[in-house]
Amino acid sequence: MVDVFYPLQWIADKMTYEVFGIATDTRLASSVNFVIYDVMKIFVLLAVMIFVVSYIRTYVTPEKTRKFLGGKKGLQYHLLASLLGAVTPFCSCSSVPLFIGFVEAGIPLGVTFSFLITSPLVNEAAVAALWATIGFKATLIYTVSGILLGVIGGYLIGLLKMEKYVADFVYKIKVGDSNKNPKDLSVKERAAAAYECVKDIVEKVWIYVIIGVTLGGIFHGYAPEGILAQYAGEDNLLAVPIAVLIGVPLYSNVMGMIPIVESLIGKGLPVGTALAFLMGVTALSLPEMIILKKVLKNELIAAFVIIVSISITFTGYLFNIIL
Amino acid sequence: MKIEILGTGCSKCKKAKEIIEKVLKQTGVEAEVVKVEDIEKILSYGVMVTPAVVIDGDVKLAGKVPDEKDVRKWISQ
Repeated sequence: MVDVFYPLQWIADKMTYEVFGIATDTRLASSVNFVIYDVMKIFVLLAVMIFVVSYIRTYVTPEKTRKFLGGKKGLQYHLLASLLGAVTPFCSCSSVPLFIGFVEAGIPLGVTFSFLITSPLVNEAAVAALWATIGFKATLIYTVSGILLGVIGGYLIGLLKMEKYVADFVYKIKVGDSNKNPKDLSVKERAAAAYECVKDIVEKVWIYVIIGVTLGGIFHGYAPEGILAQYAGEDNLLAVPIAVLIGVPLYSNVMGMIPIVESLIGKGLPVGTALAFLMGVTALSLPEMIILKKVLKNELIAAFVIIVSISITFTGYLFNIIL
Repeated sequence: MKIEILGTGCSKCKKAKEIIEKVLKQTGVEAEVVKVEDIEKILSYGVMVTPAVVIDGDVKLAGKVPDEKDVRKWISQ
């Protein structure tokens, strides 16, 4: 297959060896090359990916999703909720109103969770950065399993019949009908909105990308080869659960984490273990739990955290077997 | 004119308020700016993603920080 990113590698090589004049085969060259190549590739893919997904998103708003999923039961609606979650981002401060809005519309608790689990897990920025760093195949597997994780996690929560563990006031709130009647947008308006999203997200994440890539680059150039294969290789069955346990409470920008994880994979960390760690970072975080505590009782939060953590751990093992 | 900014208090909501106040100052338009943090009130407008901007009871925008151009258009109507 033709490597479409070959020109970027060419630029990175030119910059490293000719512009900066760093001798080949040195640790410094290896680090610098990693940083230049990664930064370019991440930003290119980030821009393309956000643009495409944001364009699609102008057709799917949370309000439409809510009306559409109201009162629907069954595995296919878990899948639909999960897919909609993948293309609908929201900042964690919106999780409470979204949750109440969904429950109030008569969307079953489990289906609501399918949406809530997938939404942070699969988002266009993380997918772009994963694609740029650890490759298309692993990214595809991450995306598909992230969506399935939402389906299964939400389905299990639905089976547990935990409706009574939702804070009582949630059922009393009346959600108004949004009087915002979105008119049909033209292609140009949709493209403009998508461009705005690219700008917004890049402005927000660029600094994390740079920090992450720099740390990853240092590790890439200076850490001994195979260091992680030795301690956290596939033979170490505890590595996956430990990676998930570290990732879950961690609230960090996943965009900064991904290039670091890339360099860890380069030193022998199995891809499955790495992806499980990243899923733990994105899917669950302490601040999000604190926000959700306003609407969920402890039992339901515990069920949510346990089900998602266990699913991620299994996904990690599965990746390690198939990749 | 009454401008309500709906949001549970994240940084984006503060940003939205700053932008609106800035445009009001620049244009000299008189308006009452209220920050709505009560979740029940936010949802009563049918808004699920914040920040959102409501002008005289009309939801203008939800889910993102408004840009100055938009604000100017809304307040001149």
